[in-house]
Amino acid sequence: MVNNVARLEAKSLELWYGKFQALRGISLVIPQNQVTAIIGPSGCGKSSLLRCFNRMNDLIPGSSVKGQVLFDGRNIYAANIDPTEVRYRIGMVFQKPNPFPKTIFENVAFGPRVNSFIGDLEEIVERALHRAALWDEVKDRLYKSAMQLSGGQQQRLCIARALALEPEVILMDEPCSALDPVATLKIEDLMKSLAENYTIVIVTHNMQQAARVSDMAAFMMMEEDRAGVLVEYGSTSKLFTNPKDKRTEDYITGRFG
Amino acid sequence: MKNGSAFQRHLRVRQITGYINGTLFFLATLTGIIVLIVLIADVFKDSVGWLDWQFITSYPSRKPQEAGLLSAMFGTLWVMALTALFSFPVGIGTAIYLEEYAPDSRLRRLIQTNINNLAGVPSIVYGLLGLALFVQALSLGRSVLAGALTLTLMSLPVIIIAAQEAIRSVPESYRLGAFALGSTRWQVVRHIVLPNAVPGILTGTILAMSRAIGEAAPMIAISALVYLTFIPVSPMDRFTVLPIQIFNWVSRPQEGFWHLAAAGIIVLLFVLLTMNAAAIVLRNRFQKRTEE
Repeated sequence: MVNNVARLEAKSLELWYGKFQALRGISLVIPQNQVTAIIGPSGCGKSSLLRCFNRMNDLIPGSSVKGQVLFDGRNIYAANIDPTEVRYRIGMVFQKPNPFPKTIFENVAFGPRVNSFIGDLEEIVERALHRAALWDEVKDRLYKSAMQLSGGQQQRLCIARALALEPEVILMDEPCSALDPVATLKIEDLMKSLAENYTIVIVTHNMQQAARVSDMAAFMMMEEDRAGVLVEYGSTSKLFTNPKDKRTEDYITGRFG
Repeated sequence: MKNGSAFQRHLRVRQITGYINGTLFFLATLTGIIVLIVLIADVFKDSVGWLDWQFITSYPSRKPQEAGLLSAMFGTLWVMALTALFSFPVGIGTAIYLEEYAPDSRLRRLIQTNINNLAGVPSIVYGLLGLALFVQALSLGRSVLAGALTLTLMSLPVIIIAAQEAIRSVPESYRLGAFALGSTRWQVVRHIVLPNAVPGILTGTILAMSRAIGEAAPMIAISALVYLTFIPVSPMDRFTVLPIQIFNWVSRPQEGFWHLAAAGIIVLLFVLLTMNAAAIVLRNRFQKRTEE
């Protein structure tokens, strides 16, 4: 059931932090309405790659990008593209839940508000919370602080916050690494159901998670002092059962990493 | 090797050492408290019978019984209001620029070092600067405005540093979260950074104001009056402030004026404590608002 409509495409993508090269010639196509997992050992550059997709690396002083990231056929690094526009069309969920110290309602309403949304704010907030499978748990305390939610609820709130902007792609940077197994399971179920309407890219160091939730998988690694190498990319079932590259096989069978 | 022989525990010695140190720290704390109590008690004793309504509503006079600090109190209010008006926006604006906008360049570091050093410059130096710059070069005269601008210069470094620290204490993850939702840098500052930094900024700025209110030296340097028999009605009027009035009374030979000085100190302390209390109330209110 792999479909081939490209949603995001990296072309010979290179990333530097100052003199340190974090990504080397990455080319891959991320298909629409699928979950694509980026796996690999710590420091291999998978989060850096993810942050290239919504230009979050721009916020790190000294970073520079070469190559292209095509989104709907347009290079998001072209001179006439405002990174702010990229970021509201491509949402992001971070490793540690980072709700704002505001009410639950205000957290979800934040994106629509800053982007001058003029429709029914309450409706959009409710819809986003429904989609993030959080509505039933918070509907009676929308105007209480988001900081009082549990870690798993906070992370689903962050997903709802991203969904409120109706993004086309959602990037998730190890979204479960700070959560317990039950909360992790909920987020994974959520990812699978969200993939019906959204394109999802997830970075994870948890290979079981990648195998459980993703349709496509990319394996990255660092060799000696060369970080940011894309070793293998393909459908998850193939990558996990019949890897082409010896290094992929070693990693997924637990021989290193 | 067995544990017991390798570790010489000396538990008793360690406990005694801890106890002695704790006691020393307690005594150190006590020193400050005792000095404060003695000071306040002494001032109160001296002011008994002098701190009354007549004292607060009268102009200075050659006769201690008829003298009051009306003009000094209004002068202080004038100067502080203008100082706050000038130093809040400039100080907070500078802090926002340095923390949120300025790229990490040599220039930024130079500015930062400069500000840090300015915070340590003695207040009399600011007074002399105010005299040369505002009173003379800009021909503002020995006016309320010149005094307020001088105190603004003096307070700015402290306000900037306090505001910077408050801004820096806002977690980076909030900023990233807001950026990822398509906020512009100004929206991140306006909706995320400032609301969370306000309690710290308020505390820092009001403490800076409290320090400025008690400064006599820079006001003497720009020659604020000591014998003023009118209330300033415009920023260009001449003025006096509480610390100068108190200083003047203390230096008089007649005993009556010493009592007036003590009463003046009580008024000054009262204004100071009120401002600090306001800082605490404001901080608590904003903190509650962000946490709920």
